Amino acid sequence: MQKITKSQLVDKAVSLLADGTVSAVLGWSMGEFSYDVTPRIFTTEDDIRKSFVFNDFCGANLSKYLVSKTDGIEGKLLVFLKPCDTYSFNQLLTEHRFNRENVYAVGIPCSGMVDISRLKAVSGDGITKIHEEEENLLVTTIYEDNPITVPAKDVLLERCDNCKSKKHVAFDELLGDSGEVIESARFDQVAEIEAMTPDERFAFWQSQLSRCIRCNACRDVCPACTCEKCVFDNPLSGAENKSPANNFEEQMFHIIRAYHVAGRCTDCGECSRVCPEKIPLHLLNRKFIKDINEFYGEYQAGAEVGARAPLVDYTVDDPEPCDVLDRRDTDA
Amino acid sequence: MLKCPIDKMDDVFEEIAKIAKLYLPVDIGESIVYKPWEKGDVWSDAVNTSLSPKELFFPQTENLMEFKTEGKSIEVIDTRRENGPFVVFGVRACDVKSIEVLDRVFLAEPVDSYYAKRREEGIIISTACTRPAETCFCTTFDVSPQEPSGDISSWKTDEEVFFKANTEKGENFLKKITSYIVECDEDRVREQKEKILKIMDKLPLKNLKADAFGGGKTDEFFCHPAWDELSGSCLGCGACTFVCPTCQCYDIKDFNTGSGIIRFRCWDSCMYSDFTKMAHGNNRHTQKERFRQRFMHKLVYYPENNEGIFGCVGCGRCIAKCPVSMNIVKVMKKIGGK
Amino acid sequence: MNNMEEALIPKIGVITDVRIDTPDIKTFRVVMPDGKKAFDHRPGQCAMLSVPGVGEAMFSITSSPTNQDFMEFSIKKCGCVTDWLHHAEVGQQITIRGPYGKPFPVDDEFAGKNLLFIAGGVGLAPLRSVINYCRYYRERYGDIDIVYGSRSKDDLLDYKEIIEEWSNDAGVRVHLTIDRPQEGWDSHVGFVPNYVKELGFDTDKIAVLCGPPVMIKFTLDELCQLGFEKCHIYTTLELRMKCGVGKCGRCNVGAKYVCKDGPVFRCDELDELPDEY
Repeated sequence: MQKITKSQLVDKAVSLLADGTVSAVLGWSMGEFSYDVTPRIFTTEDDIRKSFVFNDFCGANLSKYLVSKTDGIEGKLLVFLKPCDTYSFNQLLTEHRFNRENVYAVGIPCSGMVDISRLKAVSGDGITKIHEEEENLLVTTIYEDNPITVPAKDVLLERCDNCKSKKHVAFDELLGDSGEVIESARFDQVAEIEAMTPDERFAFWQSQLSRCIRCNACRDVCPACTCEKCVFDNPLSGAENKSPANNFEEQMFHIIRAYHVAGRCTDCGECSRVCPEKIPLHLLNRKFIKDINEFYGEYQAGAEVGARAPLVDYTVDDPEPCDVLDRRDTDA
Repeated sequence: MLKCPIDKMDDVFEEIAKIAKLYLPVDIGESIVYKPWEKGDVWSDAVNTSLSPKELFFPQTENLMEFKTEGKSIEVIDTRRENGPFVVFGVRACDVKSIEVLDRVFLAEPVDSYYAKRREEGIIISTACTRPAETCFCTTFDVSPQEPSGDISSWKTDEEVFFKANTEKGENFLKKITSYIVECDEDRVREQKEKILKIMDKLPLKNLKADAFGGGKTDEFFCHPAWDELSGSCLGCGACTFVCPTCQCYDIKDFNTGSGIIRFRCWDSCMYSDFTKMAHGNNRHTQKERFRQRFMHKLVYYPENNEGIFGCVGCGRCIAKCPVSMNIVKVMKKIGGK
Repeated sequence: MNNMEEALIPKIGVITDVRIDTPDIKTFRVVMPDGKKAFDHRPGQCAMLSVPGVGEAMFSITSSPTNQDFMEFSIKKCGCVTDWLHHAEVGQQITIRGPYGKPFPVDDEFAGKNLLFIAGGVGLAPLRSVINYCRYYRERYGDIDIVYGSRSKDDLLDYKEIIEEWSNDAGVRVHLTIDRPQEGWDSHVGFVPNYVKELGFDTDKIAVLCGPPVMIKFTLDELCQLGFEKCHIYTTLELRMKCGVGKCGRCNVGAKYVCKDGPVFRCDELDELPDEY
């Protein structure tokens, strides 16, 4: 697949802004280094030419910003969507979280985004510049005289390693090509965890979740988490996000959250990408997706707008609860 | 100046652990944590631990007291305990400075006895940085990574670890660690410091200046037009505040266990929408106001109340951890005009 | 460890009397289990009251420091803690810690001056402490004017005390007003800011304001119109507080913490603070 370049996006944004198709652009803005890219709104050509960036570090899924950024907007907001972002886009539309009329979506191809932690594990700290040269990243650091060459495919985000689709399921316009849904290995690790004994599994999750600092980054970045008032922010809910010492509560937070987004999670992987403690939260969501697929047949949230998700639909073929219980017994 | 061969450090850790609970930065998966030392733990070379050592003095959550209620009566149970001495090893210069920033809050009258007790029990052994990251900007806030403070300073080279006591507490402690530690001159440490300074000079943020900020500048920055754009990306999560070594805001809450009530204190974040919410309203309605509060606090309000000392130590954790890569450096450059 | 004083660990208080002041305000009398006052305070200072399991909240101490026997808190029902307290009976224990905040400068700037107190609704609660202090040391102050307004006659706090005690003091003038006409009410009708304008006070006074934000805003405008300087006008602020000792980080307005540097502020000092309260 042809890689899209920053200048193609900039030209597109500038022309759509100039011809009045859109009044603002939601994109990624350049940081201090090559990798600290910040999503934001651009409203002028100057600003776009100066600060807009598109590189291997634009992992951030812009879909969720549409909920707040299209509120009260005049005209349309241009948003650039990678294939996986389009699933979140559709899911948000299904849930009526923003007005489609206010958005002009430009689909852009993606060959996978880079995980800066994985890159640093190879290059080391002290990065001053990252140059993209075809399939490689040339990383200049203060500790090495020559740039270090790292193949981008070796340091992708987990979700890109296990990319589920190169297909854009929503757009007004495509820049470059759209691809196909991919048979990925994304459920392999879930299967490994399923194969553990209950004790092993508990130990695995305990070691992961005990690192949680309850910063809520996973929730706040999640395109499926758009409640106006989250149950964890409500002191009267009995599940507030603050807890006394030695409490089981942080485990509950992630389990409750995984249940809440079950059937709606598109597996965009933002939760794991932003976790400051690198907890593989996507595995919880994927377990639900895998189960839903097995119980109700293949279902991909966000594949189409308005789809009736298995968990909110009833068919006579739905499995009986006893089927689930039987399965649990054979699992253990 | 004292020194110990690097291959004998495990023995030194063992000796320390006999006297006090030892916390050592250790790599666990992709996190770097201050972990209670166990035989076999490897001292991490990472420049930053995932969470700063503030959690050892001001834990993320701690129980303050308990209540027993019966009918109309209440009994307050003081649950404060002696925890015994502990050592935090390998604290970077920025993090040592952050403890000084916290001291000015928690040790100001009326003293916070929970924090004060831990400060009294804890010994900080700092370690000079050997491989600063591009996210480091401690020198902006007058921190010297080659000369970390704390009760005891240490320098790590490929062959040896050097120690120097800075406080009486540190001096007394060093006297108790006898095996493998010998007197030495300062030559190697001097070389090491020069080496660090040379690295610091190559860092991309070395020219970042905080001069534009400071006490008395509320009017200058409060209404700055850039707050809208800067805060526009903010998700309102608490990642920056929790990984920040100087963020010290907390909440106090009650938890009914069924057999009694625990009053606990936990980290809170000015980024959270309910932080200032009360029964009849909220004086910071929008994320812009909450975002602004965090940076104004570090760059203007804190220095105003603390003789010009900034509430940021340039550790760079927020740069590395923010989900949208919005951080104090971007704020300073945008708002401070540099 | 237990010998070290800890600001966050409260004392036990017993509610010894509950007075129903208005449909949504009750005044609670609190002492320690041994019958003594929990601590001494200065007029305008606050205390942290809590109901274990429900929460802790800051309240102004409405009784005067000159009251050696007990403390009183006039509390409007508006949240979890206040709701619980409104259901509490005499004999109920609560917890109390304090005193917190900077008091009114009753022995400095106020000394020898004429005083004008202006309150709206439950805003009389913090002023009652200073009014009664000044009445107690009557000779230390000049004339005292009190303008107090509420939605209706039934919503006037401490009505009995105002009529039976304050109104009868020499050199104390009480001006009451309610928002709308009401049967059996022959005093003034109208909002506080307008009433202040009508009364047209001389500027030889220190003014002290407390009430809902909108009342404070418009009354402050009227006082300035009358020629009062902001350095002669005081008010009290209320923001969310958790610790009461300037550490939990949420009640700041700019570099000032309401719990520690306030709640009493002079209006010219407030002008120096960012507009975030």
